[in-house]
This record gives sequence, C-alpha cells and structure tokens, in this order.
Amino acid sequence: MIHGEIWTAKELWVLPNEYIIWAIQIVMYPFMTGLVAGSFVLSSLYHVFGIKRLEGIARFALVFSFALLPAALIPLLLHLQHPERGINVMMTPHFTSAIAAFGIVFSFYFAIVACEIWFLYRRHFIEHSRYLKELGRHKPVRFKILQFVHTVLTLGSFDTSEEAAQKDHKAIKFLASLGIPVALFLHGYAGFIFGSVKANALWLTPLMPVIFIVSAVVSGIALCLLSYIVVTEVRKWRSRRAQTRAVRATGPAGMTAVNLERYSAQSGEIQSVEISVVKMTSRFLLIFLVTAVSLELLDLVFRGYTAVNSWNILKDALYVRDYRNIFVFQYGLGAFVPLVLLLIPRLTLRRTVVATILVLFGVLMMRYNVVIGGQSFSETFAGYMHYKLPVIPYDLERLREGLVGALIVFIFPFILFYIYSKIFPVFLRESHGRE
Amino acid sequence: MSDELPEALPKEPTGSISRRDFLKKTGWIAAGVLAPAGALELIFGLKGASSAQAAEAATTAQTVPHWQFLVDANKCVGCGFCVKACKLENDVPYEADASRTWVERHVVTKDGVSHVDSPNSARDGFTTPDIDIGEGKTLQINPEDIAKAFFVPKLCNQCNHPPCVQVCPVGATYKGPDGVVLVDRTWCIGCGYCINACPYGARFFHPVYHTAEKCTFCEHRISKGLLPACVQACPFAARRIGNQNDPTDGVAEVIATQRVEVLKAEYGTNPQCFYIGLDSEVR
Amino acid sequence: MVFLVVVLLVARAIYIPGDFGIHGTFTYNFYRQANVTEWQSVPVKYQGRSYCGSCHQRNYDLIMASPHSVIQCENCHGPGIGHPDTVKKLPIGNSRQLCARCHTYLPYPASGRAVIPGIDPGAPHAPTGMECYDCHNPHQPVPLPNS
Repeated sequence: MIHGEIWTAKELWVLPNEYIIWAIQIVMYPFMTGLVAGSFVLSSLYHVFGIKRLEGIARFALVFSFALLPAALIPLLLHLQHPERGINVMMTPHFTSAIAAFGIVFSFYFAIVACEIWFLYRRHFIEHSRYLKELGRHKPVRFKILQFVHTVLTLGSFDTSEEAAQKDHKAIKFLASLGIPVALFLHGYAGFIFGSVKANALWLTPLMPVIFIVSAVVSGIALCLLSYIVVTEVRKWRSRRAQTRAVRATGPAGMTAVNLERYSAQSGEIQSVEISVVKMTSRFLLIFLVTAVSLELLDLVFRGYTAVNSWNILKDALYVRDYRNIFVFQYGLGAFVPLVLLLIPRLTLRRTVVATILVLFGVLMMRYNVVIGGQSFSETFAGYMHYKLPVIPYDLERLREGLVGALIVFIFPFILFYIYSKIFPVFLRESHGRE
Repeated sequence: MSDELPEALPKEPTGSISRRDFLKKTGWIAAGVLAPAGALELIFGLKGASSAQAAEAATTAQTVPHWQFLVDANKCVGCGFCVKACKLENDVPYEADASRTWVERHVVTKDGVSHVDSPNSARDGFTTPDIDIGEGKTLQINPEDIAKAFFVPKLCNQCNHPPCVQVCPVGATYKGPDGVVLVDRTWCIGCGYCINACPYGARFFHPVYHTAEKCTFCEHRISKGLLPACVQACPFAARRIGNQNDPTDGVAEVIATQRVEVLKAEYGTNPQCFYIGLDSEVR
Repeated sequence: MVFLVVVLLVARAIYIPGDFGIHGTFTYNFYRQANVTEWQSVPVKYQGRSYCGSCHQRNYDLIMASPHSVIQCENCHGPGIGHPDTVKKLPIGNSRQLCARCHTYLPYPASGRAVIPGIDPGAPHAPTGMECYDCHNPHQPVPLPNS
C-alpha cells in the first residue's frame, strides 16, 4: 500500500502517484497550534495591553496555552513516516523549508511560555511550599509530593519582597510582549507551509499565513472562553454543593449566618466575575471572527475574479463538491450562526457556550477544507480525490491517521491542563493572593 | 545620504529622535537581528564548500555530466515496457499503485473534451480502448468521436530549481552534482512536503522504506555509462537521455537546437526533461 | 548552562555524518555527500541485449533479423541480474497480455500505435485457449507456414 491509498479514492484523471498524503493529523496540527497561539494572545491582552476585565481569564488562557503546546507536536509525530528521525529537523535544518524552523520556533515559544508561567506563579510556589512545610512531617503523601514539586519549582528563589514582585511583573510583561510575535510567527508560518506550495492551486496565496493567524486567535479565544465557562460552572456547582452539605450536616439552625454568607458570597462572586469576563472576551472573539471571515471571503473573491488556469477546477471543488463542508459547515454553522448568537443583545452563558462550540467547529472545518480540500483535486486540474477518514483503527496506519489518532490529539491537552491546574491554580487573582 | 534627500523634506525635528540617532539605532537593531543569524549559521550552517573544494569543482565542471531527458511523444505507442523496467530495476514493488515513471493516454474527442488515464501507471501498457476514470469505472469512447489521441511518458523532470528540494526541512533530498535530484533514504523523515511541493506528481512514499521516492534517471546506471532502464527498454526511442556538458552528445544537441517543450513552465522549476510532440492540453 | 550547550553541540556533532553539508548552494545542494555514491552503487538489474546474446546466440540472431529487433530481450524475459549464476532460469514471457501491450488495436491515428499491426486481443482466439505464440514466434513474428 502506498501511503495515502487507504483513505484516497480517485475520480477522473489523477496522476498515478497522487494521493492525499497529508491527512487528518495535518488538519489537527494547525488546529492545535492555532489554539496555542490564540490562547496566548488572549492572555497577553491582559498582561501586555492591560485590559483589566480580562484578568479572570488571562492566567487560565496562559496555562491552557502551555497545556496545548505538546499537543501541537503530537500530530506531527503521528503523521511522520519516520517519527524516530524527527530530531533531524533540529539537527540539519534546511532553512529554505518552512518546516525547518519549526523545532527552533517551537522550543523558543515553549521556553517563553514556561518562563512567563514561572514568573507568574513564583510567589505562589514559595508560599505554597512554605505552607506545606509548616504542616509538619505527618501529612498525607499527596501533600508531601506537592511540597516537593512546589519547592523544586521555586528554583531556589525565595524572595517574596515587594521589589521582587515588581521584577516578576516586569518580566511577565516583557515575556508576554515577546510571546505575541513568536506565537503569531509559530502559527503564521504554519500558514506559510501551505501558502508557499506553488504546486497546489488552493494553497498558493500570500493571504494564507494571515488567514491562519486570525482564525488561530479566533479558535484560541473560543476554546478558552468555553473552557472558562465550563470550569467556572463546575466551581459554582461545587461551592453550592458544599453549601447544601454544610446545611444538611448541621441543619439550617446550626448554620451560622456568617457561614451562609460566605458560601453565597463565594458563588455570587464567581457568577459576577464570570459574566463580565465572558462579555469582554466574546467581544474580542467577535472582532477576530469578522476579520477572519472577511479575509477568507476576500481570498475567494480574488480567485473568482482573476480566474487563472486553476479556477475551473477550484470552482467545482469549492462550490460543488465541497459545498457542504465549506459553505454549510465552515461559513454557515462555524461563522454566521455564532456571529448572530454573539450579536443578539443580552448575551447569556448558554448562548456563548453554543457559539464558542460552533466557532471551534468552524475553525476545525476551515483547517480541514484547506488541508484536505487542497489535496482533493489533481495537479492535472482534471480529476478529483476523495478523502475517507479511517474510523476503526484495525492497523497502526489507521490508528495514527484516523479518527482515534485525531481524538487522542484533541483530548490530550485537556488531561494535561487538568494536571497543570493542580500545580498552577488558574483562578489565582493577583490582587487576592492565595485563593 | 542626506544630500540626496529632496529639499522639501522637513528639517530634523528638535526634541524628537534625530535622523542620525535613528540610523544609529536602526543599525544596532539590524546588528541585533543579524548577530543571532550569524550565530545560527555558526551552529547550524555546517560545513560549506571550502575554497579548495570550490576550485576542484571548477576544474571538474567540464567532466561532470549534467543529465537531460528527451521524450518524443510522437513515437510512444503506450506499451509500458518502460514502466515495467523501471519498477523492476529500482525495486518499486510491482503491485504498488505508484511508479517513478508512467505513461499517460490522452484521448481528445471531437467535442474538445480530453479523456486521460494511466491505469496502474501503464505498467501493463494499454490493452483496451476503454478509459479508466477511477473508482473502478471505465468509459467507452466511440472511435468515430476521437479527434486526436496519443501517449505521453512522464518521469521526474530533475528541475534545475526543484521545489521539492527547496521545501525539504532536513536536507534529505538534494540536487546531486550531475543534476539528478536524489533522496537520502537514511535521512528522510517522511513528512511528505516534497511530495506535495512537486507540481508534476513525480514523488510518492516508497511502500517499503517509507521515505520519499522518485526517479533518479537510474543514477546507478548512467554513472556507469549505461542507459536508464526505461530508455533501454523503450523499443521506439521515445525516451532518450543526454549530457548537456558533452559537446558531442546527440540528445543534448537536439534539445539545444530543435524546438522542444517542457511541462508546466509557468511554475519556474526549469525542468530538465524536454518533450517533442507535446499537446497544449498535457499538464 | 554552558555545559548543556557543549553537551548538545557534541551530541549533534556525533549524530550528523561528517560529510553532511552544503555542496554548492544551500537551497539545492545541502546533503550527505556519501549518499550520491550509495545511489551510484545500486546493482544494475537490466543487463541489455548484448549480455544475453553472448550465450543465446541463436535467439539473439533470430530476433535481431526480425521486426522485433527493437524489443530488448529483458522486456519479456525480465531483468538478467544473477542469471545464470544464481537465477538459473528467467521467465519466458509469452502471455497474450504481453503481446497485447503493442498489438491491441487502438483507434489513435496521432500516436505511434497506428503503424503497428493491431488486433482485438479478446477475439477470436482468446476463448479457445489458443495463445499468440501457437502461431507467432516472438523471436520471428511471421506466421509459421504449417499453422
């Protein structure tokens, strides 16, 4: 079997060696890097541009970005025919290739996010390791592990003075500013990988990196917003449950007024913060969404107007064969519907959740339509290739580049985020200190 | 520099950044940007060609061949012996549906529609008038409706500006000293970028080695003075190979002195595979 | 930190083959030089007709005097590598499909196919199990007088 033969069906005149060789993992790769870049930009909106109302989501977005980073690497390794040689990209980078810079940009970006997170949580690590130390020798193993982790993470710096905090703050701002261009570069060049392939009529456009960046920010914001709402709802639910439990344990009479107030205040505070953050964030989501769709439509209009050699087959591929994927799923469900949902006044949480899920779906479809759509017609402009996603993984190839592989890539960052959130509490507010 | 500026330009504003300062700062920024680039070159630049090597290369330039291919599509009968020979000579699994070289059949009907196919890369030739239209279906064409029909052999164009080499992230594919584009099977990571970057569909993944695979003009044969397997196997001299650096080479002379075409010249790849008898609808 | 960089650089120096580098321009000639020799030393499989003729003189002379002289022996018999030392016998390709590669009639006036005698390989002899070589010797493709 030639690589790609499993999921490619040819129709009319397709060159013998042509197959869809960049499959679902290459759809996942720009999708995941897009989420990385987008969530970083969201966190930087607060850290660099000081948009105060985003404070609640800034830390959250940064830690999420950190959790998404390794997930951007996995699809690449899963799709390589020789993943064990992946290190060659770092060893003998051929810089005329858009892929060659990946290792360097990726590591650099990883370092920036790691440093920023360290500065952001340095004080927290110190306080926590001290606090856990004060608990004495006899404590659960879980605490001992946590104490060890926190102490190691302080990296031997125990300065919690106001001066040090000032320095931390400066460092965070610097790293966040440095991170924006790097994050955009990390993703813009993913667009460049496609946009610079002159052999592919659909991919070849200088707009590709820009479109990729803007839709990356869209998807990143949408995912952060969605996860933020979900996590906050869980916290609210927990706090309410704790309240009812306390009431049940002691009886309403036994519950002191102070206690009751504390619980309801806690859940009320979460509520108000949530709404304010959601409204602000969804406004940014709207701006980027409109920009992304405008750019994509501009590209489409240009192709139709200039109508070069490839337009005949592109027209057929875009308007006929992939009509459902492009105009119904990507633009309709993925852009137009959420646009309306977010624009209707008096935004509710439920509406935001639906809108963000649709936006994420739309961006995923955009990646799919670019990556698979670009390979769905022949270089002869006289034939088509149809992609069939392998669902049941009854061999390694179908596992790696099938539905299961894609799901692994998608779920992985959420697991990582859960683990990270144990070490980096994402709802720590700078003004409040420890939660 | 300031002398060349038109008079109408405002004088250097006081209080804000002066032009001299600006230039100075730009210089520093440029240096700041370039310094890491220099360091990168130090670290990643690896061994470039030394001056001794360069001198050596200059003296041997006349003796090192530069291979070019000449296809006379008028002569091709679509027997597919070239494809069979190529697959067996170069260990491309015979049953695999991909090949380093292939033969296309172009049938243009009187309504101006072209019907093109290359079943199994034409490994077994064309033994039926029905056109393979994919998905296991064939198309019958009434001989009365045929306006013109012909065969076109294709292979890697060994471009002088190969986009496949440009996009290889690790230096696993390259243009060798004799102009042939080769793939290093021990270094290829299998990303598939080169396959997507080739406008001619000349590349595919080798089903055994899982590295990018392509025509080498039979490097192991031409470097020993033999003909490529496909050229040797062609009964009708539709395929020929020549050395541009050899003034006595007949094929190179045809390419240089007669009217020949290349495929997809608009991609700027500068192909080294030349065609006689190509039709405008062949892409 | 410095130590780490040194370790990485040393590891890199060991990992990358010594002849990997720019042998011309960075864009097109960045490679491991030994690979060219590796490609050049791939064994040659198709030996060419003169190699076959050095032993099979009779068949060689026969085909060279026929209209099939343009066809290489190995086109039908397969590559001669290892023959006769390790590969004792090469296949005798004489199937109907093999002849049909050139002799299927195709209505393509603009191609070289038009000047070759062409038949419909499906009729009339295919159903009877008769092979082309029952009447036509591929080495001397004129009908035998006694058929």
